[in-house]
Parts: sequence; C-alpha cells; structure tokens
Amino acid sequence: MSETVVSEMETSAGGPAPGAEPTSAAAVSSLAGRKIRMESKRLNFHYGPKQALWDISLQIPEKTVTAFIGPSGCGKSTFLRCLNRMNDIIPDTRVEGDVLLDGNDIYGPGTDIVDLRRRVGMVFQKSNPFPKSIFENVAYGLKINGLASRGEMPERVEKALRRAALWDEVKDRLDASAMGLSGGQQQRLCIARAVAVEPEVLLMDEPCSALDPIATGKVEELIHELQREFTIVIVTHNMQQAARVSEFTAFFMLGRLVEHDRTEKLFTNPGQKITEDYITGRFG
Amino acid sequence: MNRTRRRKAFSGIVVFLCGAAVFLALIPLFFVFGYVIEKGFSSLSWDFFTRMPKPVGEPGGGMANAMVGTVYLIVIAGAFAVPVGVIAGVYLTEYGKKTFGSLVRFTADVLNGVPSIVIGIFAYGLAVLPVKHFSALAGGLALGFMMIPIITRTTEELLNLVPGTLREGALALGATRARAAFSVMVPAALPGIMTGVLVALARIAGETAPLLFTAFNNRYFSTSLVQPISSLPVQIYTYAVSPYEDWHRQAWAGALVLVGFVFVFSVLARVVTRRLERMHRA
Repeated sequence: MSETVVSEMETSAGGPAPGAEPTSAAAVSSLAGRKIRMESKRLNFHYGPKQALWDISLQIPEKTVTAFIGPSGCGKSTFLRCLNRMNDIIPDTRVEGDVLLDGNDIYGPGTDIVDLRRRVGMVFQKSNPFPKSIFENVAYGLKINGLASRGEMPERVEKALRRAALWDEVKDRLDASAMGLSGGQQQRLCIARAVAVEPEVLLMDEPCSALDPIATGKVEELIHELQREFTIVIVTHNMQQAARVSEFTAFFMLGRLVEHDRTEKLFTNPGQKITEDYITGRFG
Repeated sequence: MNRTRRRKAFSGIVVFLCGAAVFLALIPLFFVFGYVIEKGFSSLSWDFFTRMPKPVGEPGGGMANAMVGTVYLIVIAGAFAVPVGVIAGVYLTEYGKKTFGSLVRFTADVLNGVPSIVIGIFAYGLAVLPVKHFSALAGGLALGFMMIPIITRTTEELLNLVPGTLREGALALGATRARAAFSVMVPAALPGIMTGVLVALARIAGETAPLLFTAFNNRYFSTSLVQPISSLPVQIYTYAVSPYEDWHRQAWAGALVLVGFVFVFSVLARVVTRRLERMHRA
C-alpha cells in the first residue's frame, strides 16, 4: 500500500469546494514515483452534528515537507489532527474513511494509539513545554515509551537537542526549567522533544504563528534540515512560509481539499480559480 | 455637569460601602485574635508545651499530649485523604465530563456541606462500633472524610486551569491518558494542589465534633493507632466546660496554640505555593 500510485487520487478526489473543479490531474503526475508515507481516503470528520471535513483524499510523500494552507476554519488543522488521532480526545467527534500509515489503517481495530502517536509526532501552535527541566522535557517521550535506558538518556537527549538546533543554546543549563526559555527556544524544544522518539512523520500545527521573524526563520531552517530524516506535514497561515519550506502544498477550503500539487506549481500556476484567488489575497 | 456630580457622589458612596463591608468582615477576626491572645498568652509557658495535664487542684501541667495528638490525627487523616482526594480530582478532570462525573462532583459538594458532627457519627459507626473501642484511627478517619471533598474539588479546579495543550503534548508523545495526567498535569498543578491540601488541613485541625466519639480523649500520652487519643480541640472543650478556674485558663492557652497552628498552616500554604510557582516559571 505504501507504494500506492497516485492515479488513485484522481478517482477518489475530494468533493470540490463550491465553485471549484475537481482536483486537477497535475497533482497526480507530480506525486508519481514518490514513496507515500501517509494517505487519507475519503475522510469525513464530524464535530457532533457539524461536519468539518468532506471526503478528503490526500497522499503524503515521505521525507519531504507537505504544507496545508487555507483560510481559518477550513479544516486544515482538523485534518492534521486526524493523522495522529489527536481528535479522539475531543468528545462527540466522528471519523469516516481511512487514514493509512505505511498502508495500515490507523483507525482500524488493530491500531495501538500510543504506538501511533509515537510514530506520528506533533508540534503545536503554541509551544507547550512541560513545567519540568529542559532535559526532562526531551527525555519524557523516551522515558514513557521505554526507548532508552537511564544510561543512554543523556546521549539521546543531546542528539535530539542538536537536531533541533538548540543544543548550543541550552547545553549549560539542561537542568533549568524549560519555562525560562524564550518563545522560539521553547518551540524548538518541543520539536526536539518530538524528534527524540524518532517518529516517522512529524505534524506541525502552525508552529511559527506565535514567534517573531527571527525565531520563525530558525524554525523554518530547522524544518528544512529535518525533512531529510522525517516526513513533515505543516499547517500554516503564512503562504510565504508554505512556499519557502514545502515541496508539496494542499489547499483546503470549507472542509474540502481543493487542490494538492507541487508547491511551485500551486503558487505559480494553480489549477483552480479559487486557489489563485486565495494565494493572491483576493479573499480570506 | 449636574449629572457628572451625581455620578461621582454615587461612586463615592459605593466605595465607602465597600470599605465599610471589609471593615465589618475583618472585625470578628481581630476580636477573636485579640481576645484569644489576651486571655491565653498569660497562661502560656514552657510547661504548657512539654507537660502532661495535671489532676484538678494541682497547679501547672500542660497539653503536650493534646498537641502531639492533634498532629497525629492530622497525619492519619492526610495519609489517606490526600491520595484519595487528588486521584478523585484527576478522575473528575480527565474522565468525569459525563453524567457520572457530575454525580461525583455533586456528592463531593454535599459531603463538604455535611455537618461535622454527622461525619463523626459516620466514623463512629464505621470504626468504633465494630471494635467497641475509641481509637486514633477512627478520629483520623473522621477528619479525613472531611478533607476528601475539599481536596477533590480543589484538585479538579486546578487541573482544569492547566492548559490542555500540555495534555495534548504528552499524548502526542505516546503517553496514555493516565500517564499524561500524573506525569504532566498533576506536577503542573502541584503548587495549587498543595495549597488545597494545606487549606484542608487547616480546616480540620480545629474540628471538635467529629472527634468527640471517635478519637475521644486521653489524659495520657499516646501514639497508638488503636487507643483513644487526645487532641487540642477536644481538650479545650473539656477544659472549657469544666467548673475549674485553672482549667479555663489552660483552655484559653490551648485555643491560642490551636489558632497559632491554623495560622502557621495558612502561612505555609502561601509560602509553598509561591515557591513552587516560582520554580515552574523559572
């Protein structure tokens, strides 16, 4: 399943947003040949009686960055949270359709949700370090998943902090509280915490929206580095950011996937009128 | 112009009324403190803290056994009420969003309002009647039952104040719900929970009614779980209703010590909260 060829996307393409044509065939050809890490098939999502996602079929190729863009409330964050079943903790929600990770349905009965979330990590909009020391924050996931012995811990923590480009800034105060870090450092600490458990996919929900431009630049640089090892999905409100960091971009609108294509193509020659209107700032 | 003046006058009156209300609210506190200090201080002595009660007519003697007894009872109460209360609070926050949770919440609030004498009768039926013997254990049980709802509700309220993003952060790393609650949420709320515990302790430290027929009283020094034990409130009560002048003085001194106890707990609650909070903010 993981080698799913993209022609499937065409047949199961998401219902079009009002006034939009079905997903263009261009998206299909651009994904061809890429190994697919995650995939949703005809995914519907409901908050109680309100349907938030309509018929989303999307493939996420591995070891690259896929960006989700769209106006507020378009469902991009909801969809992102479907990929690690984070919506499960919200009462009265319902999912229809499949989400595949390496070909296995994560909503299937055999899924261990704890293992799933270890494999699909997440970084949140607002940095959420635990009120513990810097070291303990990074070690947390390793500890609860039993991934490292006490002796291995310092090494693993250092590796994670280096990957998050934070090591040099915090190596002398690993035992200090994480709450004392700056906003940008806190967010990179959360990234370090997430990559420490060696996830396959890293979901990022507007990771820079609370950061200043310099911190944003650092995180973007980091994303660029991390895509060599991880499959990254990033939700962003900032279209320049999507253009800078991602190889593929998916445009969401009113709970539907309007267009999914190579970022370059989507921004320079969008297949849908509505996409063009959005990226040129004519609405939203 | 006239309108502005009227509004200013009205504002002045309201501010005055607020000040007066605060004053009225504080008066009893100052009178209680003043009166207890005035009456009790003169009877305080080193002996009062270190000596045992003397028989009527013999001068001197102290309440050493009652002070130790009170501490002992509080420790017994806290030993089971703190874990039960905190865990119940975690339950309400993490899993208690449905009907059963509301029922537990309501029950806790009702339990909190049950007169302490009724709690005492309950503990009597539970721990005294079956063994036909008053005991420190029964007294601690009664006090613990009074602490549980306070701790449960404070824990729940404080856990609700912890940003839900912390829970999500832990879950996203592969923590189970319970793991996230106890390894991230509870530590994050710990300063507040500690305050809740200390407030609950201060609240029960002065309770008399639940102890009258559970821990009973003891003229002698005891640290046995299964023997009756003396406590400051019961000792004060016993001395205060006696006809002896000397015992009355001792009762005042005991009251002063008890007020001091509660005061220390309250101050401690503040200090601990501050310190832990500072650690969290770094």
